[in-house]
Amino acid sequence: MIARLLEGVPRRGLVCLAALFALLAVFPAFAGGYLLSVGFLILYFAFVGQAWNIMMGFAGQLSLGHSLYVGLGAYAAAALYVHFGISPWIGLGASIAVAALAGAVIGFLAFRFGVAGVYFAILTIAFAEFARIGFDHFRWVQGSSGFFLPVANYTRNDLWNLRGSPVMFYYLMLVMTAGAFVLCHALLRSRMGYYWLAIRESPEAAQALGVNVFRYKMVAVVISAAMTSLAGVIFAFYYNNLFPEQIFHISRSIELILGPIIGGIGTLVGPLVGAFLLTGLAEGMREAMLRLGIDVPGVKQVFYGICLLLVVVFLPHGVWPPLARAFGLERKG
Amino acid sequence: MPVEVYFNVAASGLLTGLVYGLMALGLSVIFGVVRVVNFAHGEMMTLAMYLTLVLFGALKLDPLILLVPIAAVMFAFGYLLQAGLINPFINRPEHSQFMLLVALALILVNVQLIIFGPDAKGIRTAYSFDSFQMGKIIVDASKVYAAGAALVVAAALFAFFKYTLLGKAIRACADNYDGARVVGLNVKHLYALTFGLGAACVGAAGAMLMVVADVTPAIGPAYTLLAFVIVITGGLGSMPGALLGGLLIGATEALGGVLFTPSAKSMFAFALLVLVLLFRPQGILGRKAA
Repeated sequence: MIARLLEGVPRRGLVCLAALFALLAVFPAFAGGYLLSVGFLILYFAFVGQAWNIMMGFAGQLSLGHSLYVGLGAYAAAALYVHFGISPWIGLGASIAVAALAGAVIGFLAFRFGVAGVYFAILTIAFAEFARIGFDHFRWVQGSSGFFLPVANYTRNDLWNLRGSPVMFYYLMLVMTAGAFVLCHALLRSRMGYYWLAIRESPEAAQALGVNVFRYKMVAVVISAAMTSLAGVIFAFYYNNLFPEQIFHISRSIELILGPIIGGIGTLVGPLVGAFLLTGLAEGMREAMLRLGIDVPGVKQVFYGICLLLVVVFLPHGVWPPLARAFGLERKG
Repeated sequence: MPVEVYFNVAASGLLTGLVYGLMALGLSVIFGVVRVVNFAHGEMMTLAMYLTLVLFGALKLDPLILLVPIAAVMFAFGYLLQAGLINPFINRPEHSQFMLLVALALILVNVQLIIFGPDAKGIRTAYSFDSFQMGKIIVDASKVYAAGAALVVAAALFAFFKYTLLGKAIRACADNYDGARVVGLNVKHLYALTFGLGAACVGAAGAMLMVVADVTPAIGPAYTLLAFVIVITGGLGSMPGALLGGLLIGATEALGGVLFTPSAKSMFAFALLVLVLLFRPQGILGRKAA
């Protein structure tokens, strides 16, 4: 199993990955509170980017409504914890179930009725918006006034109830991101992974070769939704407050897919690189603004937008593919 | 509540819907010809609304007159955007085009935020508080004027596409890209013209909407979504479809707001969108298989 996973991966790539993981693992020892929160954000975006990439990068289905799965996962686990005191480790089962079900419903409707391309993308936005407005009026989780998790000063980390210091969340996110990376690598190497790539390149040709296009597209949506909902659980317990207006908002969906697109769609390292670049850029700019004493809301985002524009215009396949070529880190065989 | 209330609300929703329809018409024209989904559409709409605000403050002219210069400015903006930025993306994958326009939308929203601040701004005209009465139905005068102007602009655009040589050339590009190039049409230029026309629709719609609604930079993405919903309901790429979609969504939202709670009104628009996508993905007036 492990031998199969490592097959064709350049040794230099493995060394780099191991070094990166080690670096991230010792990072909290050196980083203060602020840097640690930046590190957490990078890992968070790398994780959700990886999850989204399964649907878009592997199976070629453009979802612009992934905030739906983040929100459903967050609300499901948080509501079970607040109302019944159920540990998020059990609650995440509900999160996965709800998000996977939502993904399955959207996928079923879209793929059965032949909704594809731009129309599919807009259908996913519509469902996320629908959920946003619906949760605004969902009394059980306090509607638009926001759902809060009880917060106290923790003297020790309670991993079972996910109550504790940012360091605990950082390591949790690191394990999840590493896990997602390995899972995506394994998926891409599996029979299904090849089916996905075939579907992405040409659904008609894949169908003609006997690939059950409908089934494998469904599997991609469900896996992607379930993974994304896990990020939602962490989000809920890390930030301790949930507002439908924020968590389901379309800007969240877009924020989450910028990483993999900037990094390189369909690549394993792309979401990671994209998360590093974008979060680093955003936080770096915030810092620069503070230093320069510029306090005009919007300046940061304009600069961010210009950077995005430049990357899209000059690096159409993302940042990672040319980097990988330059350093000889491409997969062989 | 008396029944007249519903009629009043529906009538007012239909009138606002026509203005929304004109905005969506711009999106539809752009998609129908250039095949690019303009994710910065709502941000262009707020840009036009702010232009109206500034010109109204400076010149004290009626927004319904201002709509002509604003449409012209937006036309130039759209032309340059397509010629300079979007044309190289014509043959790139959808997600790449999407990223380009999202980046543009981000820049537009935040430039507006820097210049105009986050607060809602509106204008008062001489007829802001007038109303018309037809039988038992009472509607705001400003909505009637805005809807009338929307119809005039839409009619002009229909005539342009149907009767002028340039309009026919643009339709040829939409029908057959390669064929249009073979007969010697300058497709890149025509695409830029089309984007300009779409932006001009937005400009005109923005000027009219300013008569009936306030503007904030943050509302841009909501208008983008609204335009998507309308255009897909009516049929992406169909011009009458956009207007019909506008009417439908305008009335749906208005009635949904009264029958349930106003904050849930866009839920009905999205529900309508989902139904249309599932049962008639090409839209009510759209042609099968794009």
